[in-house]
Amino acid sequence: MLDAKIPSGSLESKWTDYKGHVRLVNPANKRKIEVIIVGTGLAGASAAASLGELGYKVKAFCFQDSPRRAHSIAAQGGINASKNYQNDGDSVFRLFYDTIKGGDYRAREANVHRLAEVSGAIIDQCVAQGVPFAREYGGLLSNRSFGGTQVQRTFYAAGQTGQQLLIGAYQALERQVALGNVTMHTRHEMLDVVMIDGKARGIIARDLVSGKLERHFGHAVLLCTGGYGNVFYLSTNAMGSNVTAAWKAHKKGAYFSNPCFTQIHPTCIPVSGDHQSKLTLMSESLRNDGRIWVPKKQHDDRKANEIPEEERDYYLERRYPAFGNLVPRDVASRAAKERCDAGYGVGSSKQAVYLDYSDAIERYGKAEVNKRNLGNISHDEIMKLGKDVVKEKYGNLFDMYEKITGENPYEVPMRIYPAVHYTMGGLWVNYELQTTIPGLYALGECNFSDHGANRLGASALMQGLADGYFVIPYTVGNYLADEISTGSVPTSHPAFEETEKAVADRINTLKSINGKQTVESFHKRLGKIMWDKCGMARSEEGLKQAIQQIRDLKKEFWSDVRIPGSIDEFNPELDKAGRVADFIELGELMCIDALDRNESCGGHFREEYQTPDGEALRDDANYMYVSAWQYSKEHEWTLHKESLDYEVVKPSQRSYK
Amino acid sequence: MQHYNMNLTLKVWRQKDKNAAGGFETYQVKDISSEMSFLEMFDVLNERLIVEGKEPIAFDHDCREGICGMCSMVIDGRPHGPWEANTTCQLHMRAYKDGDTIVVEPWRANAFPVVKDLVVDRGSFDRIIQAGGFVSVNTGNAVDGNAIPIEKDNADAAFAAAACIGCGACVAACKNSSAMLFVSAKVSHLALLPQGEPERRQRVVNMIAQMDKEGFGSCTNTYSCEAECPKEISVTNIARLNREYLQASLK
Amino acid sequence: MAFTGLFLIFFLLIHGYVNANVLFENGEENFNRAANFMSTNALIRIMEIGLFAGFIIHIIQGYALERMNRAARSNKYAVSGVSKTSTWYSRSMAILGTLILLFLVIHLADFWVPSRFGGLEEVTYGSVETHNLYAKMKEVFSKEWAVIVYVVGCFSLAWHLLHGFQSAFQTLGWKHKNYAGIIEGIGVGFSVIVPLIFALMPIFMYFGWELPIGNITLLF
Repeated sequence: MLDAKIPSGSLESKWTDYKGHVRLVNPANKRKIEVIIVGTGLAGASAAASLGELGYKVKAFCFQDSPRRAHSIAAQGGINASKNYQNDGDSVFRLFYDTIKGGDYRAREANVHRLAEVSGAIIDQCVAQGVPFAREYGGLLSNRSFGGTQVQRTFYAAGQTGQQLLIGAYQALERQVALGNVTMHTRHEMLDVVMIDGKARGIIARDLVSGKLERHFGHAVLLCTGGYGNVFYLSTNAMGSNVTAAWKAHKKGAYFSNPCFTQIHPTCIPVSGDHQSKLTLMSESLRNDGRIWVPKKQHDDRKANEIPEEERDYYLERRYPAFGNLVPRDVASRAAKERCDAGYGVGSSKQAVYLDYSDAIERYGKAEVNKRNLGNISHDEIMKLGKDVVKEKYGNLFDMYEKITGENPYEVPMRIYPAVHYTMGGLWVNYELQTTIPGLYALGECNFSDHGANRLGASALMQGLADGYFVIPYTVGNYLADEISTGSVPTSHPAFEETEKAVADRINTLKSINGKQTVESFHKRLGKIMWDKCGMARSEEGLKQAIQQIRDLKKEFWSDVRIPGSIDEFNPELDKAGRVADFIELGELMCIDALDRNESCGGHFREEYQTPDGEALRDDANYMYVSAWQYSKEHEWTLHKESLDYEVVKPSQRSYK
Repeated sequence: MQHYNMNLTLKVWRQKDKNAAGGFETYQVKDISSEMSFLEMFDVLNERLIVEGKEPIAFDHDCREGICGMCSMVIDGRPHGPWEANTTCQLHMRAYKDGDTIVVEPWRANAFPVVKDLVVDRGSFDRIIQAGGFVSVNTGNAVDGNAIPIEKDNADAAFAAAACIGCGACVAACKNSSAMLFVSAKVSHLALLPQGEPERRQRVVNMIAQMDKEGFGSCTNTYSCEAECPKEISVTNIARLNREYLQASLK
Repeated sequence: MAFTGLFLIFFLLIHGYVNANVLFENGEENFNRAANFMSTNALIRIMEIGLFAGFIIHIIQGYALERMNRAARSNKYAVSGVSKTSTWYSRSMAILGTLILLFLVIHLADFWVPSRFGGLEEVTYGSVETHNLYAKMKEVFSKEWAVIVYVVGCFSLAWHLLHGFQSAFQTLGWKHKNYAGIIEGIGVGFSVIVPLIFALMPIFMYFGWELPIGNITLLF
């Protein structure tokens, strides 16, 4: 039975009580304790900085050339915090409640409440670091509304909030590097966890420049390695984002939770051809003013501007009159897919819908006319005024769209299509963020804990920083307090030797296959299986086919992959091969998990489980649990369930009609 | 936008490792779509090279949406290619026409040693940040976010400087391989905010000292950096850096 | 570079102001009187030492900077794109400076050496007896090649200043977005006008022109 170690007491007092009673490590002992942190995005960099400040000896690893490159940097919209600076009724409870509800009642109450509790301190910490959040003329912090909540609680720095927060954490991390508290290993990839007496005691990492394997000891290992969206090949993740570290931990005994919960973001730039290597997200805020439509006629080849108003189907407004274009991400994504599948898609690929700003431009133009008392002016002039307003609000997004597509979104409607964006699933962790392996922790997107089946906008940054700055410094101490006497285990220990040998063997095997097909081609094929059968809509039949196809793909991969170059050099193809091999295994587990969950909730939509009008049908009686998969052997997992007992929130069906 | 396909000649710098002598190799690439990004064109070439049993070209890239700062190619003499305010990953092939020849080189500066082919080591930038590019505030030390009101103009200017993605195009573009735009962006970001005030003097002195130690050249104000910066960081930041440095030196 | 550069810019202003006498009516006497003042005033003589020091530091620093900056990139680009992102003269300060240095040697040999170490005829204005530097100018600028060398020297100076003027302000941090435009404007004006005045001197003398305005210098 999984014990999440949730403190007793009322929801509001759990974290305070925990902090008050948690065991501590005294400063002199901290200096003797080594902590390994893998990944240096928001969660990893903030954890490394904070633990370094406390006096632990931290070793941090990232596969990029600098911690500042982590993909947290690409988050555009903002970060939520229940500061209630706007006096609009926000509170810790409301942020907690919105997150639980947004997650379609598949998240753990205690963790989410803690997240909401520390959200304010995150903003304070970032401001103190010099993060240049947007401000009002009075000099105070500015907020905007985001993703269907009814309060303004999102803090932002133009469209580059993730970048500014990451740079803040990165600078704090580099400060600790300068002070000697953190040793930074860039261009290093973790390839396995070293286990001694059932506890995580270190890692095997590969220096990606020299290709050499290295042994690193740690009293605890923190995985802050992000999500696994790249299992779909095409996603908004960075090219290097991967599941390898989490997957190795999983195979060593860490349970993997809710792997099928993936978030498909509705406003991405569509695929332009087979060459496509990644997808680009455009902030959700675009849906505040844009109207989404497709032609009413199937296979309509006319240009957007040639289709008259009465022949356009504003399908979100039609289906969801109450929320219209502002329905949550999962709902908007599925509706777009439904239209495209039914033959109403637009663009050369027919896998896109229009996001039209002409109404907004006209509306803003008329508002300007009134504001400036311009009287009777021509329609063209009104549109010009409107374009200026839209440019001010969304200029950088429009520019980005034009750069990628070569089309001017002020003149023709943008084409958008959903894309994989975030993975709510991840390593199972208890309240202390510890996985089922003692001494092994998972932070940020790498764990499963806070977003349930669907994440709300501007909450990913909040969770990464909450885990790194304000949760792990307390919870890891509770474990390390017992480890003071352990001392440092020399890396000549047999466990290190064996693990390193296993890693080396696997690399040698991969390299020696010397087949005909490239790593990339396998990755693309995996992605297609996943997208078609475990993407926006899943079915029992499709998932069963997918599992078989993935197993076949795995066999083919291990007998026919070709990796150029050698092992002892900088070899990105070799790095990628190891990651794709892990993605293939993960893909199978995702399908198994999706198959197990006979309900539709959040980002998981099973075609068999929908209401007569096509909405997701949740099954709280049978599936109100977190799935936690234990790896047994190839193709075999054991399912453990952590049941979700809602003490405070009453689950209800989400409706946006 | 009319899409088209093109055939191109690529001359690409190949270098086995840091110590090896490098040289150019010529490749023909065919049927490149105008909708591809520049890096996707490299993906196509690399896939072909692997199938042909040759070594693919190593290049740095990660987010492919113009924000991580990892991509780094000098394309026909221009860091990040011919488009303004752009990163290599966001350069699209419609910038070229059928029959074009494109020369691709790594960032060239002694402070950015080549790792392999088009990949360079930009660790010197991290070390400059380590020298002082931070505010010394431990986790938990912070006062309430709104306890420090900041004039909007200053906050906006600090943000504009903080938009630097640390890609190193400024160094690659500068005839002197100077890192002044990078350093000035960080110094400006923190000098414009009250949070940066207590460490203002030692920060600029230490960061400049580290910059010199890394072997970057000196600024002679040719402003190529500003012209090539994908985030349009202004050279007025360099003036501010100089001012900060002089003031700090005189104290 | 910036401090010495600005100091030298200040010198150019004085030098141009004094020498501009030769362009006007009664130029011979006015110029010779001014030159006499410049060569006898104790303060000016002290400043002359500073001027030489300024030149030498500027030159040494300039070459050292160029050397260091070249050394910062051992492997050069096969294709250079700097011509699209910066002005040629901003990248050519060392070459332009070298041209100015060569010119300076000729210029000092022509005028400064004879005026300090003898070789000039004397002339008397009222009670003041002074070298006839004006006559020396007449003599030098009667040769076409000398006029050409001087005009080329002035062109080099103009380009050098066009970058150097605003660059000095940038380096000293005396540039702010609100008044950067003003500095740049003054810089361009200075870089065009001052070298133009210098260039006009050999041309005027060669052709024997003078502007029909008298006594512009009131100082001396």
